[in-house]
Parts: sequence; structure tokens; C-alpha cells
Amino acid sequence: MDVTAAWLTFRLASTTTLLLAAIGLPLAWWLAAPHGRGAGLRGLIEAVCTLPLVLPPTVAGFFLLVATAPQSVVGRFWAGLTGSTLPFTFSGILLAAVLMNLPYAIGPFTAAFAALDRKLVEASWCLGESRAATILRVVLPACWPGIVTGLVMTFAHVVGEFGVVLMVGGNIPGITRTLSVALYDDVQALDHASAARTATVLVAVALVALVIVQRLARQPLAKGTGR
Amino acid sequence: MLRRPSNHRFRPLRRDPVVISALIVAVCVTILGGCTKPAPPRTPQAPTKIRVAAATDLRSCLDALTDAFQVEHPSFDLLPTFGASGVLLTQLKSGLETDLYLSADIAYAHDLAAAGLAAEADVFESGQGRLVIWVRNESPIDVAKLGGEALLDMSVRRVAIANPVHAPYGRAAVAALDHLGLHDRLKEKLAIGESAAQAAQYVESGAAEVGILPMALAKGIRLSERGRFWVVPAEAHPPIRHGGAIHARAIDREATVAFRDFLLSPAGRSILARYGFEFPAVP
Repeated sequence: MDVTAAWLTFRLASTTTLLLAAIGLPLAWWLAAPHGRGAGLRGLIEAVCTLPLVLPPTVAGFFLLVATAPQSVVGRFWAGLTGSTLPFTFSGILLAAVLMNLPYAIGPFTAAFAALDRKLVEASWCLGESRAATILRVVLPACWPGIVTGLVMTFAHVVGEFGVVLMVGGNIPGITRTLSVALYDDVQALDHASAARTATVLVAVALVALVIVQRLARQPLAKGTGR
Repeated sequence: MLRRPSNHRFRPLRRDPVVISALIVAVCVTILGGCTKPAPPRTPQAPTKIRVAAATDLRSCLDALTDAFQVEHPSFDLLPTFGASGVLLTQLKSGLETDLYLSADIAYAHDLAAAGLAAEADVFESGQGRLVIWVRNESPIDVAKLGGEALLDMSVRRVAIANPVHAPYGRAAVAALDHLGLHDRLKEKLAIGESAAQAAQYVESGAAEVGILPMALAKGIRLSERGRFWVVPAEAHPPIRHGGAIHARAIDREATVAFRDFLLSPAGRSILARYGFEFPAVP
């Protein structure tokens, strides 16, 4: 198996997961907030975040390729910032992976936050805990299974991300050739033995991810019922 | 019961050490990974990598070329990425970094120069490829005897070719079908691969019964042990003129030029000739 591709895939998946945790948790908290103000905007943002789930990866890849081309606004901004281009670089596939995996993180996060009993948060406030302390000591522990589910699903899905990575990243060893792309490359090279090894690793990653998610799902979710 | 059993749901952290340790490891390794230098400084021991964006029909022979090249230049190594020539050109124009572009159609190399990504003087012709009709060993079709008629055999349901829109061998295959007067009869049976390599994979896997493929792939180690072929006459299609160009932003121009020179040298050509390439005198 291609060790370089495995390491690259791992780096891409873990960086994406961390970034989506940083972006997704606050966003999901806002999306799950119960009060009525900004409901229309919320609906729109939620739809946009879910879009990658239903969009064909080639469509997303095409838009990303056009949007990040050196002549585009984003491309010029990025070139001014870093002096390099986005397509066919690690940053490029990272951006693609973050955007494509928004639904896999935001979905479970939002569901977990929405299922949280609001009374627990308010009780914490009434007991004099600050907002930060409430989030750290009440919200995150109670929603932990949902959050981990989102993170694990994101990680596993990035590992399997193919169409967008191939389109935005090309197939460059060590830079954008992830395991899924390496598998495609092996099949093109008629190297079935290597393809089988890579595919086995990908199946194993998916299986481990599902086992983790199932373990967490078996734990009672914080629904705040039955007091 | 007055006492609640426990606020168990607030302690999944302590309950599942497997998940927690997995996450901790993931975070640590990510941080470590983020700290890895993307490009370590070149030492005399580490070979200089020449990045090559190459047409898919060169997959097999580029390995052989690399091995022979490294005998003379052990400090250089090739880092190839493969694709249909037209697809690679589009990617190069949208910012794909490479040192050397090897196309199955020299027109694309000129196109790269026209886009300002290579000097016109750095465009070179590297030989002419040939087209074959390929079947698997277990196929009942006697392709050597039947030639182009093999495509009309009753057992043929699919004919694999590369996409003529951006793959030079796909265009040559369509031209050859036209020349043989078979294009209209076989139009419905064509299975279009993204590149010549994908067309080869279609027929090698058995998904298509026959493939019209680059001879360079048919002579490669994988296909040569799994099937047989008939060489399509050269007059059946316009010449498949392979060409390449050194990228204007090549990192190590000296190394790239060394490989280009090797490719065009008698030693390089003798390897290309083993894969069916021909070198007619350029008029």
C-alpha cells in the first residue's frame, strides 16, 4: 500500500475534522437555538450546509475548481496571501474537504444540541455558572455522543472523499493523492493487488468508524426526559 | 425513588476510554503532522524529484525509462502523475505544478507554450504512437487473423476506447473506425473511458470484449501477459505524434533537461521503440 497516500489521507482527514469542529460547533449551536428570531436565515444556512450531501461531487468539484482558479477572486486573494494557487495543492483539497463534509459534522452536532434539554442550560445559569462554564460543563458533556458521531463521520467521509479531491487536487503523489485516489490510480494501472490492499484499508477505516459511532449511539443520549 | 440513579449521561468521557484515547491520538498526530515540513531541504543523498505530468499510455514505458535514466543519473528520480493528455493540459492551465509535460499529442504541448506556461523552444517531439485492437487471452476472437473485422464478431457487445474529446488515442480510435467504415455500425457499442488507461481497464477487466488501445499499453507488462492484439495500420488514422514541453516554472530545470535529453537520445528511443513507438524522419 502507498504509505505516503495513507499519511496524506490521515493528515487531510484529521485537519478537516479539527477545522469542522472549530467551525461546526458554534454554527450548530446557533442553528439549534430555540428562539424564533432569524428563523428564515437559519433555514437557509442549514440548507446550504446540507447541500453537499445531495450535490453530485463532480458538480461541487467543478464549482470549486472554477471558484479557486488563479484568475478567480478567491484564487487571487489566496495568491496574494500565500503566493501559491489553491487547485492541486493540499490547501485546495483541504478547503474542498471542509466544504463537502459540512453536513456530516453540522447534522449530528445540530441534532445533539437540539435534543439538549434547555432547562439544564438555564438551571446552570441560575446556579451562577458563566456561559463558558455552562458550555464546557453542561452542554458539551451532555451532547458528547452527538459531537463525537459528527467528528467520526466527518473523518471517515474525508477518507473516502474521491470525486472532489480528484477534480480539485488532481492526482499528485504526496500532495493530493489520497488513498481513494491512489485506489483509482491502481485500478487504472491495472495493479489489482495494490488496489485490493488499499481497498481493504479503506474498508477497515470505515468499519472502525462505524463501531465507534455505534458504541456511542448505544449510550443514552441527553434528551432530558424522565426526570 | 427519590434519588435519581445518576447523571450518567454527563460522564461518557470516563465511560469510553477507547473513543477518548483514539481521539487523543488523532489530535496529537495531527499536530505532529501539521508540524512536518512540507519540503525538506535537499541533501545530496535524497534524489531530485522530477515531476512529470504524463499521458496515460506512457504508464508502462515511463517505468522502464526511469530505470534506464537512473543508471546514468542516480541522483534523479521521477514523480509521475498520469491523465488523459487533454485533461492534464486543462489542469496545467489551472495551476497544476509540474516540471515536464509529456502529451500523446504534440499540439497540446504547443498549446501549453501558447498559454505562456512553457517556452516554445522547450517543446519537443518524442515519437509516434501506434494503435492496437486488443482482446484478452481467453477471448474467442482471433484478432491477429481478423484484424479490424474482429470488432464485428458476434461476441462483441462493448468496444472500449478513450474519450476522443480529450484523449489523443480516443481521437485516433474514432478516426480508425471511420477509416475501416465501422464507426456507424459500432457507435452504439463504444464504451468511452476517461483516458486510454481507463479504456484498457474496461477491456482487461472483461467489462468490454475488445479495446482500441495504445500499443504502448498493450506492450506493457500488465496487458502483454493478459491478452493479444492486432496493430491498426498507420494509414487508418492521423499520426499520433507524442510531444512534450518543459514547464516554465520547473523547479530543477537542469534535471528536467537531463531527462528530456535522455528521452530523445538513442538509448531513450530504443526503450520507446520496445513499446511500439516509431520515429519517422520529421519533414
